[in-house]
Amino acid sequence: MSAPHRGQPATGATGAPPARSAAGASTTDQLQRALDRISRVRGVRGSMWVAAEDGIPVAQLLMEGVKGKAVAALAASLARKVSGAAAATGAGRVRFVQMEAAGGTLLVAPAAQDLLIVALADSRVNIGLVRLEMIRAAEAALA
Amino acid sequence: MSTTSVVEAWTEGPLVRYVGQASARLVLVMTPSGQVLAQHGFARAVDLMPAAALGAAIMASSGALAQQLGEQAFGALFHAGVHHGIHLAQCATPRGTLIVLTVFGRETSIGLVELFFEEFAAALKTAAPVDQVREPVLAKDFEADLNRSLTSLFRR
Repeated sequence: MSAPHRGQPATGATGAPPARSAAGASTTDQLQRALDRISRVRGVRGSMWVAAEDGIPVAQLLMEGVKGKAVAALAASLARKVSGAAAATGAGRVRFVQMEAAGGTLLVAPAAQDLLIVALADSRVNIGLVRLEMIRAAEAALA
Repeated sequence: MSTTSVVEAWTEGPLVRYVGQASARLVLVMTPSGQVLAQHGFARAVDLMPAAALGAAIMASSGALAQQLGEQAFGALFHAGVHHGIHLAQCATPRGTLIVLTVFGRETSIGLVELFFEEFAAALKTAAPVDQVREPVLAKDFEADLNRSLTSLFRR
């Protein structure tokens, strides 16, 4: 699969027509393509773009049974709290958050345009590979 | 000090849980006519009365707008401010339709409020007594009802 196109900044979920890059790919296409790449990693149960401030899903690709709304809200809350902790300790900008639990792993990477890219994976996932795809998506999709 | 007070006891458990989960600053549970059943965070009756009246009015006018568009009703309204957001939604219970106004700050998000509002609405539906039908609000009783609610909420 080809790398996501570099396009115009996202117009946001305001109902405005999606922005298109010179190559013709809309912002929605770019976001969806990034989710495709992440979700192809074995063990990933879903991935989504989330509005960091609001905790609302912007685009998502989830397996059946994954509660997207809940994951988005809680991932944004987690990211905000971790960013607060990082700021308080002088650690600087958070690049990646990994939360391992008994039933799986939640991964969050802040991206441009006040978005987060979030992945939900089970225990057999190759974290390094998902992390690589997420950071690549965060850096590239909305650049 | 933040306070929770209720006119109808069955609303208290769900409300306390919702406030904690959603990190809401102010919550108002009322009927579509603006009668307050429960509140969290309001310190004075004089602050609560206009909030209830405006919340009920917003839901009534948006409901009328929905009907104009062929919708039965709008699910929820959300307004984002710089320091506060408001979430206004209604839920069906055996005691009739209720309106919930939630005011929240930057310590939470609309996503979390939406998420926990769904649980709150389900909890209200479960907790509401099924054997008591709400009487229609009559103009002649309105002021007495309002005063009774405010006395109950603020113990004055």
